[in-house]
Amino acid sequence: MTERQRKRSNTRMVPVPTNAIVPERDVNAIPVLETRHLGIEFGGLKAVEDFNLTIGRTEIAGLIGPNGAGKTTVFNLLTKVYEPTSGAVLIDGKDLHGMSIVQASKLGIARTFQNIRLFDKMTVEENVRIGLHNQIKYDMFSGILRLPRYWKQEKRQHEKAMELLDIFGMQDLADEVSGSLPYGVQRRLEIVRALATKPKLLLLDEPAAGMNPHETEELMENIAKIRDKFQIAILLIEHDMSLVMGVCEGICVLNFGRVIAKGTADEIQANPMVIEAYLGKKKEAAK
Amino acid sequence: MRKMKRTTVDAIISYGIVTIAFIIAQSMINNGAMTRALKGQMIPICVYIVMAVSLNLVVGISGELSLGHAGFMSIGAFTGAIVSTWLLGAMNVQNTTVRLITALVSGGILAGAAGALIGIPVLRLRGDYLAIVTLAFGEIIRSILNCLYFSLDNGQLYVSFNSPDIPGKLIVSGPAGTKAIKTISTFPAGFVLILIALFVVLNLINSRSGRAIMASRDNRIAAEAMGVNVTKYKMMAFVTSAFLAGMAGALYGLNFSTFTAAKFKFDTSILVLVFVVLGGIGNIWGSVIAATLLTVLPELLRAFSDYRMLVYAIVLILVMLATNNPTIRSLIVRMKNSVQQKDGIHQAQGGTER
Amino acid sequence: MVAFLRYLINGISLGSVYAIIALGYSMVYGIAKMLNFAHGDIIMVGAYIVFCVMVYLSMPPFLAVLAAIVVCTLLGIAIERLAYKPLRQSASLAVLITAIGVSYFLQNAAMLIWGSNPKVFSSVFNVGNLRMLNGELVISSEALLTIAANIIIMIGLTQFTSRTKMGKAMRAVSEDKGAAELMGINVNRTISLTFAIGSALAAIAGALLCSTTNPNLVPTTGSMPGIKAFTAAVFGGIGSIPGAFIGGLLLGVIEIMAKAYISTELSDAIVFAVLIIVLLFKPAGLLGKPVREKV
Repeated sequence: MTERQRKRSNTRMVPVPTNAIVPERDVNAIPVLETRHLGIEFGGLKAVEDFNLTIGRTEIAGLIGPNGAGKTTVFNLLTKVYEPTSGAVLIDGKDLHGMSIVQASKLGIARTFQNIRLFDKMTVEENVRIGLHNQIKYDMFSGILRLPRYWKQEKRQHEKAMELLDIFGMQDLADEVSGSLPYGVQRRLEIVRALATKPKLLLLDEPAAGMNPHETEELMENIAKIRDKFQIAILLIEHDMSLVMGVCEGICVLNFGRVIAKGTADEIQANPMVIEAYLGKKKEAAK
Repeated sequence: MRKMKRTTVDAIISYGIVTIAFIIAQSMINNGAMTRALKGQMIPICVYIVMAVSLNLVVGISGELSLGHAGFMSIGAFTGAIVSTWLLGAMNVQNTTVRLITALVSGGILAGAAGALIGIPVLRLRGDYLAIVTLAFGEIIRSILNCLYFSLDNGQLYVSFNSPDIPGKLIVSGPAGTKAIKTISTFPAGFVLILIALFVVLNLINSRSGRAIMASRDNRIAAEAMGVNVTKYKMMAFVTSAFLAGMAGALYGLNFSTFTAAKFKFDTSILVLVFVVLGGIGNIWGSVIAATLLTVLPELLRAFSDYRMLVYAIVLILVMLATNNPTIRSLIVRMKNSVQQKDGIHQAQGGTER
Repeated sequence: MVAFLRYLINGISLGSVYAIIALGYSMVYGIAKMLNFAHGDIIMVGAYIVFCVMVYLSMPPFLAVLAAIVVCTLLGIAIERLAYKPLRQSASLAVLITAIGVSYFLQNAAMLIWGSNPKVFSSVFNVGNLRMLNGELVISSEALLTIAANIIIMIGLTQFTSRTKMGKAMRAVSEDKGAAELMGINVNRTISLTFAIGSALAAIAGALLCSTTNPNLVPTTGSMPGIKAFTAAVFGGIGSIPGAFIGGLLLGVIEIMAKAYISTELSDAIVFAVLIIVLLFKPAGLLGKPVREKV
């Protein structure tokens, strides 16, 4: 472990009234995300059940669990792609009940997708500009008639997009068509695009998938850098345990749609239920 | 800033080429170098270019298959004819330019309003279901126009549904269509309309709204997750497209002293869709060229006389087979790439794979 | 009341024609995922073949319909091979435009062969009328035949797709082409078969259409019934056999009722308006399954 990683995993996590833990520094602020007994059924099948999670304002949290545990479904619930059948999601203390995906985005939640969802036929810069859609605005008529507001805001969008692309050193790729980029670059572009919406909470769905160890290491540093720079909370789904254990302060383990453990990296690694969820029961393994 | 300049330059080149083509055609008309039949095609060509460009906004840029575009054209055509006749008969506006402009704008506004009204239910659907509903709306508009009667009596406009018993002289007579409308459309007016359509569509594409429209096409859920109100932007494309089609329709209507609603059948919607697909989905410039060539083509095929529509059909099938042949496709891509590297030409906005 | 019954039976008869066409449309859509706009024109070709065999060769109607079925089946297979098969990997809009090209081709070829003057079609099945309710309600034999044919075809197709090996292969291909191929199903042959069945149905529909409601045969005879049948297929839930059946019947009844009680001119508008209203509440049609996008 590098020095930085050790420091992160040593963040002091303290309990809060909602029966959860957040980093000590965030304890006096409204949590950026709070879910209460969140659940969803698909045709009678409970994909997620009684899911409770609290994330501090500047926390980097992990959501792990075996395949099919319901991790991406949780993301879809948090971003209103799915309407929960029970429970509530609170962003910054506001209940998302009845909101659309767009309204949730405007409240400050942004995400990347497990199966990359870029705007394939548009350039890298244009992708980021879509992220800036609600940040730097002008109306349709200013656009068509090329009014002064158009030129001013386009310039601001361009500058902001370049500034954001610089996080991953992707400025040179600004004019490339996003669909033609290598996989790893596309994943990074998705993060930049999500950041452009100026979120309070950033959800990353398997950000390291398909990356080599070196790229993963770099990503890990960047995740921490993003949090420090923008002072936001990040919740990530990841199978790469070195990344999760290295960068996440609080970790939530999901199995069969239920939370089986919550805690710091050390606590999770020592939890017998987690080990069982990942490796199966000893008896079954013996069969 | 480099990119912005490039799209602006591209647009200026487009306007320039259209202008040059117009000047050449106009001087050919003046010198009598153009056959009568071809001369008669000039305004329809302008109309179909605007139709194709506006449909491309929906099909190519917004990514929704619309099979009812002729419906908006017909609303524009009838509105234009009525407004122009009313201006002359009731308001005594003798100036044809004023009448033409008023007719085009009101045709556009009414078609745009119809687009907004239709868009609300239509844009809730997806894919082929959306396509069939646009087709249905096109047919509904045609059926309703077939039942409308308008007349002018002492400066008063009368409307009736399914009955010709209204005072004064009939302007629109149900299934028999418009009657004795003064033909005031001109080729220069058509040229200006093309420039307007290109200006609106190209500027829209290269703006915040246009990017939101394309993002909604490329990936609806990702666009929504980025805070783009997908329905709003699809609606924007749909209404803008209907508005332009309405203007084109008004120009078309005022080119004939009489026309019927049957002129704007499903076939006309399909014809315009063929222009869009052959010109390249999402490629505005391609729409202009395809609309021009394919409007002239039946004329050029006169040599085949009775066989010309058959030849047209065969050409259409062969072109589709050839442009979608993997070998030929990769060849075209390679050629494009080499040209691009040489000149750094900005490639047109991509279309949808449907 | 008697008038209402008469309209109802006429509606069911017309609806049966739509249903037979819609079955073909729906099967082809289900398997090839394409809107085959040329389908309506196959109906027209079928009707012309029946006409020619009956009038020029003076053969009995039964043989004429058989000839039409054979010709249309071959035509359907040929069209699929030549025009659609090369585009199987292409964007569906490209296939749609090609189908439109095929439609233009068939219409204009018919125009060259048979001219644009209407051919007066004589019924393929006229054994007198059925009189009921003291002779007040008259039902034509053609109407009864159409309704019977529709029911037989519907049941036959349902049995075929659920019982036979070829039918099951068809369902497999419509679910997932790649997986079907891996299971050893000959995808090309299955698609050909689907086009063959659809086109054979179109031939039957052509003969029935011209025997009942549309005795003046012209090269564009097929296009409006084609569009209506497509509407019927969407109405019932495209890709579903019972959906096409119910959609066709409902559409026919609505059309005839609208003509009788509201307005002849507006009957088409009413038919399409009902379609729109149904799709707003059931976006995948009456019997269609809604598809959820996986995120």
